[in-house]
Amino acid sequence: MAKPVKRHALSTRLWHWINALSVAVLFMSGLNISNAHRRLYWGDQGFAPSQAWLEVPRFPGWMTIPDYYSLAVARDWHVVFSLVFAFSLLAFLIVAIANCHLKRDIFARAREWKPSNIGRDVREHLKFNFEHGGAKYNVLQKIAYSGVILVLIPLMILTGMAMSPGMEAAWPWLSEVFGGRQSARSIHFLAAWGLFAFFVIHILLVLASGPARQVRDMITGGKG
Amino acid sequence: MQRRNFLVAAGAAFLAGCNEIGKSEWFGKLAEGAQGWHRGLHRALGGGRISMAPEYTRADLSPYFRGNGSLTVDTDAYRAAEAEGFANWRLAVSGLVDNPLDLSMNDIRALPQRTQITRHDCVEGWSAIGEWTGPQLSHLLQAAGVQDGANYVVFRCADNLNGQDYYESCDMDDALHPQTIVAHQLNGEALPVRNGAPLRLRIERQLGYKHAKYLTGIEVVASLDDIGEGKGGYWEDRAGYQWYAGI
Repeated sequence: MAKPVKRHALSTRLWHWINALSVAVLFMSGLNISNAHRRLYWGDQGFAPSQAWLEVPRFPGWMTIPDYYSLAVARDWHVVFSLVFAFSLLAFLIVAIANCHLKRDIFARAREWKPSNIGRDVREHLKFNFEHGGAKYNVLQKIAYSGVILVLIPLMILTGMAMSPGMEAAWPWLSEVFGGRQSARSIHFLAAWGLFAFFVIHILLVLASGPARQVRDMITGGKG
Repeated sequence: MQRRNFLVAAGAAFLAGCNEIGKSEWFGKLAEGAQGWHRGLHRALGGGRISMAPEYTRADLSPYFRGNGSLTVDTDAYRAAEAEGFANWRLAVSGLVDNPLDLSMNDIRALPQRTQITRHDCVEGWSAIGEWTGPQLSHLLQAAGVQDGANYVVFRCADNLNGQDYYESCDMDDALHPQTIVAHQLNGEALPVRNGAPLRLRIERQLGYKHAKYLTGIEVVASLDDIGEGKGGYWEDRAGYQWYAGI
């Protein structure tokens, strides 16, 4: 007896919501941590204004977890949810490779990478026509999803690991790959805002394409 | 408009919920458990070898090594010690040891020395590179003879911040680590007052607040429960900072 195929597999739905919670908690507690030292540097070291490439604004309480300045509590949130974030991605990737979700739905085919196809997809998006193309996702979606799942989120995790002194002692090459601890910290900050940009566009496109159905399907699975 | 109100309300509820959870006892326990996971992962990913913090060259030294936290010790005794160049400073090694020690600065300088150029990472986010010299803590502990049942080493300090004496602690793994030294020099000179003169701990696989300054005593203990408020350090007791600061 074949099970009816759902629009979103259970593994996708579980990971989607666990990851949404993790990203929200990590982003907002991260802004609290950023308030502790509001300068970013390149290389191994930095603490003086003259060494900084960016002076970061102070993020207000309504953007941070907790909603008052507490480096200790914000770090507790980060310490807990960094594990959830990393291991849930790992589990999702293992399942998505095993059931071919990545290969079938997320990776864009060679012909989809043609500029003409991408241009057509951009035009359709600008016309708010999201129901086009034969595959499950159109090429812009594939680029966005694979960019987040395979580039931005792993970058967040790896730069976070590179900043931990205990982790760096175990894997010194990781910090070197990013050009030193302060570079890893800068990349961590930039990638977090990249993820935030994805979040904003993602929410806007859900709102523009029937939000009730989209949210319902991401919970129940919907019809295939 | 309604949709926006809903989103604002949902966001506010989420924040309020996070605030409450953050204050709860169970979340504290969860965070402690997660801390243990990070520590276990750091040790496991080290692959069983003694993992070492990166060491740098003199070309990488920070031009100025910033001081943070206590920048001096506000007591007459410390000012008097500073005036005489810390010639009569003593460091006690006590607790679960066979031969308690009471070391002079000359005793400490006479021990085999380790010089290491390492990066100091503050919990706030900044980093500075300095060259530290001093005997390995493992040498001191060996000379004192650590007894069975010793689980932690507590570092007593001369400074008092906001009415509480500064102290720190670590497990035996970090205490016996080759890069854990009792430094009396920074960049080849006697330790400046702002960096913890005359003695400070270097515990290179953890964040800055673990590197206790103005050291007066080293105490080997079985449990941290009866030390300070029981969380293993000044910032841990006072503000809830993580005891394992390798994250």
